Amino acid sequence: MITAERKPFAEIYGMTEGHDKVLVAGCDTCVAVCLTGGEKEAEILAAELRIKAKEDGRDVQIEHTAAIRQCEWEYLDAIGAKVEEYPLVLSMACGIGIQSMAEKFAPRLIMPAVNTNMLGMPQEHAVWLERCAACGDCVIDETAGICPVVRCSKSLMNGPCGGSHDGKCEVTTPEKEDIDCAWALIWDRLKAQGREELMLVNRPPKDWSKSSSGGPRKMVREEAKPV
Amino acid sequence: MADEPTGPATAPSEVAGAAAEAQPQAELPANEGFEPEIIVFACHYCAYAAADLAGSMRLQYPTNIRMIKLPCTGKLEVIHLLRALEAGADGVYAAGCLEGECHYLKGNLWAKKRVGYVKKLLEEIGVDPGRVEMYNMSSAMGPQFAETARSFTARIRGLGPNPVRPREGFTAAEVVRRQMADVALPDDAGADSTTGS
Repeated sequence: MITAERKPFAEIYGMTEGHDKVLVAGCDTCVAVCLTGGEKEAEILAAELRIKAKEDGRDVQIEHTAAIRQCEWEYLDAIGAKVEEYPLVLSMACGIGIQSMAEKFAPRLIMPAVNTNMLGMPQEHAVWLERCAACGDCVIDETAGICPVVRCSKSLMNGPCGGSHDGKCEVTTPEKEDIDCAWALIWDRLKAQGREELMLVNRPPKDWSKSSSGGPRKMVREEAKPV
Repeated sequence: MADEPTGPATAPSEVAGAAAEAQPQAELPANEGFEPEIIVFACHYCAYAAADLAGSMRLQYPTNIRMIKLPCTGKLEVIHLLRALEAGADGVYAAGCLEGECHYLKGNLWAKKRVGYVKKLLEEIGVDPGRVEMYNMSSAMGPQFAETARSFTARIRGLGPNPVRPREGFTAAEVVRRQMADVALPDDAGADSTTGS
């Protein structure tokens, strides 16, 4: 799913400067599941903003709402009447939802209260790991179901590099935690599958034009379009 | 520490305000005339019963605390603590079972994490994180219940009034009771004489 993290409070609070009516809009799909931007979190942020504004002697009306999904027009209709009451909306959806809101309710101010960070999976409760870069050209049929684009620090198509030691990458997370070497994982699993020869396949440089380097992507399913 | 007969109940989640907690009441800044209103989210199985015991033992503790009975402190959510502060409570604490003794196994540990998270949120918005706390006690710890009420009241008296209290003389407890209507358990008859109900 899409994961996001809330922006620092000071940054969000700064966005409300000069406004006397603010709506915090949650999204009850991906960002709710990653405990960042669902209705619960929207209410928490609204309460924080109200307390801070009151402390600062500001007279600001701050409420919250949530759409089932901010990235679909139909669900935005459901919160439209409420949104129209507020000149500033702080959206807690992913970047897709925030932009959908901004387009649907233009020229109203829709600002992001979260940073969208990855396509991740919950490894365990409350821990998410990046698993897909949405690169537009999946290769994991040859890499034992492990994505080298997003799980190798260098996105190498022919790994491992010299920075792989005892199954770990030479790069660590910002928290200084070890990262598994994707190519060591790929080797171990290919061996278990009896497909070690795939390590010898020489993969040409990746065609990034199918990723975001090729400009904004568009997908159309003609056969599914309404008649 | 939890088994000592006279000390306050344990507050393992305490990350701030520890010094105030340890100080005798007399040495704290006076804040003359300020009577804080404190909301206590108390577990039915332990702290609420400990309060009952404190009453049976005729122990004295401040009348500043207002009890909300929960089936378990695990029922307490982040927003409940924030709502209580926003309603104007000067301090809020959760009182759950001793760690490892939760009737629902881990409810008190969830509460501890949530209280810790609220402390972080309060730091972000410039409110002293010492206004919220987590305590643990058993139903047999009546004296500790009273001591916890005394020491936390002293801490909040030292911090002064909640900066967002709606107005002088405003009572937050009834607002919080309404907010918690779908979560809290009804009070035992006569168990909480401080509410005036």
